[in-house]
Amino acid sequence: MKSRLAIAALLSLLFAAAAAGAAAPELKAGVFSPPRQAPDFSLDGSDGRALRLSRFKGKVVLLGFGFTWCPSVCPTTLATLAQARRKLGSAAADVQIVYITVDPERDKAQRMKEYLAAFDPTFVGGTGTGERLAAVRKDYGVFAQKKGQGKDYQVAHSSFTYLIDRSGSLRALMPYGHGPDDYVHDLRILLNE
Amino acid sequence: MAVGGAAALAALGWLGFTPIERVPAKAAREEIFEIPQGTWARRMSGDKVGILPDEIRLTLGIRDILVLRNQDDVPQIFGPTLMMPGQTFRLPFAQASEYQFACTAHASGQMTVIVAPYPATPWARVEWRVRELIRELG
Repeated sequence: MKSRLAIAALLSLLFAAAAAGAAAPELKAGVFSPPRQAPDFSLDGSDGRALRLSRFKGKVVLLGFGFTWCPSVCPTTLATLAQARRKLGSAAADVQIVYITVDPERDKAQRMKEYLAAFDPTFVGGTGTGERLAAVRKDYGVFAQKKGQGKDYQVAHSSFTYLIDRSGSLRALMPYGHGPDDYVHDLRILLNE
Repeated sequence: MAVGGAAALAALGWLGFTPIERVPAKAAREEIFEIPQGTWARRMSGDKVGILPDEIRLTLGIRDILVLRNQDDVPQIFGPTLMMPGQTFRLPFAQASEYQFACTAHASGQMTVIVAPYPATPWARVEWRVRELIRELG
C-alpha cells in the first residue's frame, strides 16, 4: 500500500513538473539566464522624491534611458510604454516605468516631470549629477555619448528597455522597435509570476 | 557545352524550387556567440581578441534567435548589454529588419543584426543556400 502511494506521489510530481515546463511561456524580449539582481541606484526623482529602484519592489519595473530633447527614439519608446500600460487596464497599477536621463545638463527633475507627464503621469524620471548617472549606466551596461556642440547637441545612447520583475531581478531586455503588444505580452507573464 | 548548361540550369532549379523547411526546434534556431574564459586577461595583455562580428545575419523561421554567452570570469559588455560571468542572453527575433545595437566590444561602437525574411521565393532560396554554403565552408 505504502509503495503504491509513493509511486502515485512520484507520478503526480513528475506530471506537475512536466506541465510546469510545458506551460512556461516565453518572453518576446531578450532573456538573461540566470537573472541577476537589478543594481539599485539613488537619483533625484522627477516626482520630487529620492529615486531608488527598491522603492518599487513588488511591482514590475520597465527601466529605460534617454533624454527629453531626444528627437525620435525616446518619444517613440515612451509612447509605446504608455500605450502598453493603457492596454493592461487595472493590472497597470503594478507596473512602474522609470526613465533615467543621459543628459543631466538639460534634464532637471521639473523638466522631466513635465515631459514624462505628457506620455503618462505615472512615469517617474531620474536625474542627478553626471557622475551618479554615469555610475548607473555602468551598472546596467548602457552607452551614452554627447554629439555636437552648442545648445542643440544630441546624445547617442542605448535604446533598449530593461524588464525587472517584482522581486527586483533583471529578467530581460526589450530592444527598440517592439510595439505595445509585445510589452503587454511580457508584462502579463511577469505580473502573473 | 549544352550538357553543362543544362546541368547548371538543373542545379539552379533545385536550389530555387526545393523548399527550405522551417526549423521547429527552438534550440536549432539559435545562432550562438561566446566570450571564452580568459578573454579579459588576453585583452589586458594586449591581444586584440575579436568575438562578435560587426554584422550578424539571421533568417526568420530558420535561424532567428541570437544567443550570447559570457564564459569569462569578469562582467563584459557583450552585444547590446552588460553580462555577468556565466550569464546567457537569448534574444528571439520575430520581424525581418535591420537592428542596430550600441556595442563597445566593436571598434565601430555598433553591432548590426540583419534579420532576413523566410526565403519564400525561388531566388531567395538560391541566395540563402549559397550564403549557407559560404558560411559552412568559411
